[in-house]
Amino acid sequence: MTNEKIAKAFDTPNKKAFIAFITAGDPDADSSVKNILEIARAGADLIEIGIPFSDPTAEGVVIQEANIRALKGGITTDGVFEIVRRVREQSDVPLCFMTYANPVFHYGYDRFFTKCEELSVAGIIIPDMPYEEKGEMEPIANAHGVSVISMIAPTSESRIKKIAAEANGFIYVVSSMGVTGVRNEISTDLDTILGHIREVTDTPAAIGFGISTPEQAAKMAGVSDGAIVGSAIVRIVAKYGAEAAPHLYEYVRSMKEAVAGV
Amino acid sequence: MSKGRYGIHGGQYISETLMNELIRLEEAYEHYKKDPEFNAELQKLLNEYAGRPSLLYYAEKMTKDLGGAKIYLKREDLNHTGSHKINNVLGQALLAKRMGKTRLIAETGAGQHGVATATAAALLGMECEIFMGKEDTIRQALNVYRMELLGAKVNAVTTGTQTLKDAVNDAMREWSNRVEDTHYCLGSVMGPHPFPMIVRDFQSVISKEAREQILEAEGKLPAAVVACVGGGSNAMGAFYNFIEDKDVELIGCEAGGKGVDTPETAATISTGTLGIFHGMKSYFCQDEYGQIAPVYSISAGLDYPGIGPEHAYLHDIGRAQYVPITDEEAVQAFEYLSRTEGVIPAIESAHAVAQVIKIAKNYSPDQSIIVCISGRGDKDVAAIARYRGVDLHD
Ligand SMILES: Cc1ncc(COP(=O)(O)O)c(C=O)c1O
Repeated sequence: MTNEKIAKAFDTPNKKAFIAFITAGDPDADSSVKNILEIARAGADLIEIGIPFSDPTAEGVVIQEANIRALKGGITTDGVFEIVRRVREQSDVPLCFMTYANPVFHYGYDRFFTKCEELSVAGIIIPDMPYEEKGEMEPIANAHGVSVISMIAPTSESRIKKIAAEANGFIYVVSSMGVTGVRNEISTDLDTILGHIREVTDTPAAIGFGISTPEQAAKMAGVSDGAIVGSAIVRIVAKYGAEAAPHLYEYVRSMKEAVAGV
Repeated sequence: MSKGRYGIHGGQYISETLMNELIRLEEAYEHYKKDPEFNAELQKLLNEYAGRPSLLYYAEKMTKDLGGAKIYLKREDLNHTGSHKINNVLGQALLAKRMGKTRLIAETGAGQHGVATATAAALLGMECEIFMGKEDTIRQALNVYRMELLGAKVNAVTTGTQTLKDAVNDAMREWSNRVEDTHYCLGSVMGPHPFPMIVRDFQSVISKEAREQILEAEGKLPAAVVACVGGGSNAMGAFYNFIEDKDVELIGCEAGGKGVDTPETAATISTGTLGIFHGMKSYFCQDEYGQIAPVYSISAGLDYPGIGPEHAYLHDIGRAQYVPITDEEAVQAFEYLSRTEGVIPAIESAHAVAQVIKIAKNYSPDQSIIVCISGRGDKDVAAIARYRGVDLHD
């Protein structure tokens, strides 16, 4: 399945994408709509919208706390769809969801992906649904034009080629061991991982986990097709609350420029 | 369908970072479970260190008092470290050592699994770090100090409800951070495959012994086997070798908390729905959007919003039944067994005792019931005193 909407995100002048993650409903729905639109205006090529989950086991403290703030603020899966509907009134920026298996399973796969299709959400990232388990969901997602984004980790080794060969939309390369969060240093041998991916597919591969500075983003986009930034963005929302939009704009602008300059 | 399925339940819903490690763990387990040297070493530890086999004790006074089936207590409380948890931990720790690991991490609720893991780590010369909800470090303060005495580092988890589920979250996070030298010694028949299988196999020694012991004592199989269910490891161990004996009723006792019609409950089968969490598909207490519920029980070891996938399956096919027991019923059973038999059970195990108190009279004196006393109650004495409004001075 080729996913036109995701392909568009990587179809920049230098074929590198800047991908931003933000937790929906943090601290409230109105702020989320404003923040997402601002991130899009600042030049993000694709935006991952996090649907909060009570127990985000792949997340570090920053995004864990965003999930808690959002849930305390009363956000639900339907509330997230409503945020996306409002974003779609003003923007056709490529969007993906990122969440955990249970909220999607519980909503009902068909019902969930029907909504995604209506709102033109192009993909979904579920860290607790690995290659072995995606079969129960992927055909339904694909039938609604939604790609299930595959993740590849520093420990994937022998699994890289089989995951990459079946990957849709883009490949999420996890830069580091552990959970999401800002890191000073990324020491994984990403060249080797990207090399294995390139042997089997030309699906774009973007690197995420731990990236926060323009220098890191440029470096990561340099060895792949894009950089994904989450915790550093969520940290800005945590700091400025309902007033985060202009700060997000500044930050995303600098990150996008770094990636565009590779 | 992926590996490790029990009907529709089970599977491996875990981050890609951990997948290869789970595959390696399964391969190592499949190899060593057939290795005579490994098994001899494990058996030696179980017998000479943990004190197996555990007694199957005929509770004569309780039997007379309740009037009905003969009651037998499977005394896992007499194991070294005071609960069934050591059966699984010794197995996993030996396996981890064979895999070249030098560090064990574990979650714990009541602290019994943490104590067992810290014990095995001390014995085998491994580093040990335990994750425990902050709330539980207060409820089970004695066990925190025991773990520290044994040389383990105890991390108080301050996220979410600060109980067992949050401890599992943080243990999983830590494992994905440091998998090279570290084994996650999961404490119940839950999580992603192969854990439900490995933990069940190591705990099945309970029913292997109990089946032989009851045949020896009574000349026939019991009418029922009763055990408490948190994640479900002592129950799975107590049920396993009776599953094919279709006439033996298998009864799991869940934490009803303040009642299954209140939000303050942890009775997963009674109040939960199908979901995907902590690596497995099973039943979970959750809201209409699949957010995991903040469950409650007086018992830290049963205060968990899910249940192991094999139990979910045994429930689906009707082979086992699961009943809720309230805090009050469990506390009464805790006091009853203490007074009647001179055995102070863990508050977890007291949930199973409470069910036996309810049903014993429905059986005839030529029938027997085995109840798994999964642990001893020393750790709970302060909490029960508090529940009864008694002020203990330290
Ligand atoms: C004595 C005792 N029994 C039972 C349990 C519950 O665990 P499981 O259901 O895995 O046996 C615990 C857990 O902490 C425990 O300490």
